[in-house]
Amino acid sequence: MKLRRVAVIGGGHTPFVTHSPNTSLELLAEASMDAIVNSNISPKDIQAINCGNVLGDFTDGQGMIQSYLANDIGCNNVPATRFEGACATGTIAVRDAAMLVAAGVYDIMLVCGVEKATAMDTALATRTFAMFSDSRYENPAGFTFPAVFAMLCHLYSSHYDIPLEKLKEQMAQVSVQSHFYGAKNPNAQFQKELTTEKVLAGPMVTTPLQLMDCCPFTDGAAAVVIASEDVAKKLTDKPVYIAGTGQASSGHLASQYKYLPRIRAREISVKQAYKMAGIGPEDVDICELHDCFSIASIIAAESLGFAEFGTAGQLWEKGDTRIGGKIPINISGGLKSKGHPLGATGISQVYEVTKQLRGELTDQGRQVDGAKVGLVDTLGGDGIIVNLVLKRD
Amino acid sequence: MKYKIDFRTYSNALKKNQLLGLKCSSCGCITCPPKMVCQECASTEQEIIELSGQGKITTFTTTYVASLGREAEVPYTLVMVALDEGPWISGNLIDMDPAKITMDVIGRRVTMGHKVFHGDLYSSDEAAYPVFSFS
Repeated sequence: MKLRRVAVIGGGHTPFVTHSPNTSLELLAEASMDAIVNSNISPKDIQAINCGNVLGDFTDGQGMIQSYLANDIGCNNVPATRFEGACATGTIAVRDAAMLVAAGVYDIMLVCGVEKATAMDTALATRTFAMFSDSRYENPAGFTFPAVFAMLCHLYSSHYDIPLEKLKEQMAQVSVQSHFYGAKNPNAQFQKELTTEKVLAGPMVTTPLQLMDCCPFTDGAAAVVIASEDVAKKLTDKPVYIAGTGQASSGHLASQYKYLPRIRAREISVKQAYKMAGIGPEDVDICELHDCFSIASIIAAESLGFAEFGTAGQLWEKGDTRIGGKIPINISGGLKSKGHPLGATGISQVYEVTKQLRGELTDQGRQVDGAKVGLVDTLGGDGIIVNLVLKRD
Repeated sequence: MKYKIDFRTYSNALKKNQLLGLKCSSCGCITCPPKMVCQECASTEQEIIELSGQGKITTFTTTYVASLGREAEVPYTLVMVALDEGPWISGNLIDMDPAKITMDVIGRRVTMGHKVFHGDLYSSDEAAYPVFSFS
């Protein structure tokens, strides 16, 4: 099967907020229409839609949102598919669309995602997020999603012999760095800088993770239009190619015991993406990785190849993850400062990297000069990882 | 093809403090909690065994923010335990004030008991789960 090159040709992104006055469908339609207009096409040019929405059934009482979206924006009767992979949902939807376009099934697809997590109160949100762990072998004991990463955090401290206090200092610096850039992102849910003192003074959620070690519940949507290379070149002079993709799944946390605190699925997934794109971690100019919790950034950075195992906290300590550093990470503010509307997050990461590679973030004061290669990293629950490599020619 | 040990069987055994797992006839690996196939080699040739429930704590967390309907339980401590037979399982650590639990518990030996979660709006049946106390 001969595979064509596939590019992102335009995107849309609502502000990520608390308590949006709009429904999930409306947010999805807003982001989608912006992506369509920014791609110099109209809704009737879209041949199929991939849509990420994880908890719409709970937040809006709305299942099957993808079909209503197609209709609302005038993509009448096109095939529309909903994806669910917990927090990795949006990126799964992008990877799937990239494969369909590469294989020649479609020439132009819309990929969009939305979540209205703040429509649920904390108790219900905690319960629904706990559905991303094993309902038989984890939930009965009271697993919550933060608890998964909290246990990984203590395990990381013990396994690599890093005193917990030192690790927490490094984690606080992850949060500070996220918010430093989120403050420059007009779409970010939280646009205020933090200090390590503020992070370490916050309320405890689940030991050792405090409030600002955790990403918030968020409402928002994002969308991109994907096209084959020849179609892309007719519509934009700045196509951003999806040069590599990878995806892997896992069993529940305890079943990964031979690898923890490393997440084996990520190592498998990113290797696929790097190989397909013909690059290594040293070639990455900008990375949007899955910082659902500050410790998650540290664990992710190592598996993505940016630091030796057990040392990634030093990347943040030394300022290596800032613009001008060795590996700029989450210059959007990441999940913690920008927000984390589950179904939208992966697409938001693709949108962000696309903007960086097109050099369009100078006005916001967060452009990485000369960025040509970007990496997207998205994790769902205690198991699904998706990685994408994006490149400008 | 049916599970050798389905969840209902596992849970009912756990209510009698029996920890069931699978021993692989192909590679000898022990899978606990049980799955459809061997954890290591994916063989379906499995023998039902009972594990000792003894092991040591590898990690923990004390939770303060509860899931819907479980507000009365917080704070509670989750642990992962490396069983003497090899696999890790998760459960609660009891016998100690959750607020006082520190990194010092990592490496301590524990013995398994059980508790029952009576289900909620999003889970149909009740489910037994392991609880651990210091040996």
